[in-house]
Amino acid sequence: MARVLVYAETRDGELRPVASETVTAGGDLAEQLGGSMDVFLLGPPGMAQRAADLGRYGADRIFVAEDQSFSSYAAEAAVRFCEDLVGREAYDAVVFPASAQGKDLAPRTAARLDRGLATEVVSVGVDDGRPVATRPMFAGKAIATVAFSELPALISVRPNVFRPKERPADGSVEVVEIASEPTAQRVTGIETGDREALDVSEANIVISGGRGMKDPENWSVLEDLVEALGDDATLGASRAVVDAGWRPHSEQVGQTGKVVSPSLYFAVGISGAIQHLAGMRTAKTIVAINRDAEAPIFSVADYGLVGDLFEVVPALAAEIRRVRAGG
Amino acid sequence: MKSIVCIKRVPDSEAQIRVGGDGVGIDPAGVKYVMNPYDEFALEEAIRLKEEAGDGLVTVLSVGPEESKEILRTALAMGADAALLLASPGSADGLVIARALAEEIGDREYDLILFGKQAIDDDNMQVPAMVAELLGLPCASVVVELEIEGRHAVAHREVEGGHEIVEFDLPAVVGAQKGLNEPRYPSLKGIMAAKKKPLDVKEISFTEPKVRIVALQEPPPRAGGEIVGEGPKAVPELVRRLRERALI
Repeated sequence: MARVLVYAETRDGELRPVASETVTAGGDLAEQLGGSMDVFLLGPPGMAQRAADLGRYGADRIFVAEDQSFSSYAAEAAVRFCEDLVGREAYDAVVFPASAQGKDLAPRTAARLDRGLATEVVSVGVDDGRPVATRPMFAGKAIATVAFSELPALISVRPNVFRPKERPADGSVEVVEIASEPTAQRVTGIETGDREALDVSEANIVISGGRGMKDPENWSVLEDLVEALGDDATLGASRAVVDAGWRPHSEQVGQTGKVVSPSLYFAVGISGAIQHLAGMRTAKTIVAINRDAEAPIFSVADYGLVGDLFEVVPALAAEIRRVRAGG
Repeated sequence: MKSIVCIKRVPDSEAQIRVGGDGVGIDPAGVKYVMNPYDEFALEEAIRLKEEAGDGLVTVLSVGPEESKEILRTALAMGADAALLLASPGSADGLVIARALAEEIGDREYDLILFGKQAIDDDNMQVPAMVAELLGLPCASVVVELEIEGRHAVAHREVEGGHEIVEFDLPAVVGAQKGLNEPRYPSLKGIMAAKKKPLDVKEISFTEPKVRIVALQEPPPRAGGEIVGEGPKAVPELVRRLRERALI
């Protein structure tokens, strides 16, 4: 029977939100292959109890390696763990998140196993009994279908694309010992800002500002809109304002920034250069606010509003607060 | 400080991409090609490290067609000392490229192998970590800050909501992210000096690919373009529509 193996990402002993998405993608593939799914993860002692939750999303068996050093990303141990599991069982596919961790772990594992890898996958399927994957290239200006010549097929799935789907399964947890070896590199800390801001690639709502914002001081207007929209909203930025040093690169949306697929994307004072459109065109709904009615951004926006953003955005924040308070 | 910088020739980020007649590649007609933008940060870092150390060597490598000599020349003009093109048609399989690079780099002397964190054409983001794995080296990807003291390195890599701090010893692989530095433009003096620097070409053949593109399509155009209204008075209507679709 076909089997799929999934890497569930943790940080500080907690499953990251992307873990349920990755398991959902693995479940989609296992279902199409007519097989089952196993999950593996690493974390500090006690991780195993919290891992059982993944059974809800279709995990049959959950393999957990526990060690104090696994509170943060342990690249070498994770590669070895995956290699061990793939050596024990004939897996058809191994699925990773295309998160910061997964973008590092998946290629290392592919090189170790000598197998092909498709990254940033947005849908999985089966052709002739074997996995195939669909992935954007050129930041989404083209979409490729990728086939694998040898199994397991390695796949990393783009965050925010596979919405967690409940698919109850056994979810039996097995704690596995992995041989500890001296590591050539280690994570010695994580630095976050004042609050751990939601990453632009993982947020459900993104509010991006462009040159139309005129001055970095004016970002308070967008910050207020983020606050009105709540916890699953975050800030994004165009390349122009990042290059000008107004906003950090971690917020840049576009071909040389991040490609995002939120439910709702606000482009505020952004004209819509090709490289920006490539980065946000897979958002489910796009709202553009710009004073220039001819701006290319309006040709991809579901809803356009022509006007002075310094009048429109505060009115928008106020209206959202009003309707939310009312019901 | 001896660095090897791996660079790639890619379509400019402002290029329109059209699928070619074969249905699995792009039509290069009218496309402007440039050095992958992230590779500029990798190259700049290597040149700075050499300048700070007071001596060293910066070698640039590229896997790709003959035309890639152009970006190698740019790299020499920016300050690299020597360039080598591993001439080949290119491959969509990151592991194939990583093996070709690892084989070339294997016996060389180096402290650092630098890459741009990803190439903006295939968007694979695989090759740096694969080369590290194949050569048995530490690897820090998506690096925005790099400090090297003696043989020890501390890298800040971008992760969701912050930076992860990774420590390792040289030699190692680093994938450069925008923000690592401000890449220089080639000076006239640099361009002249580049003409005297070695730019070699070596024909290579690839290992069998394990992934292949079976179809390439242009994304469906977004239906859009509805203007809800003008100015703040249109805001309630916009909010009503977003509420209707349960978006807010």
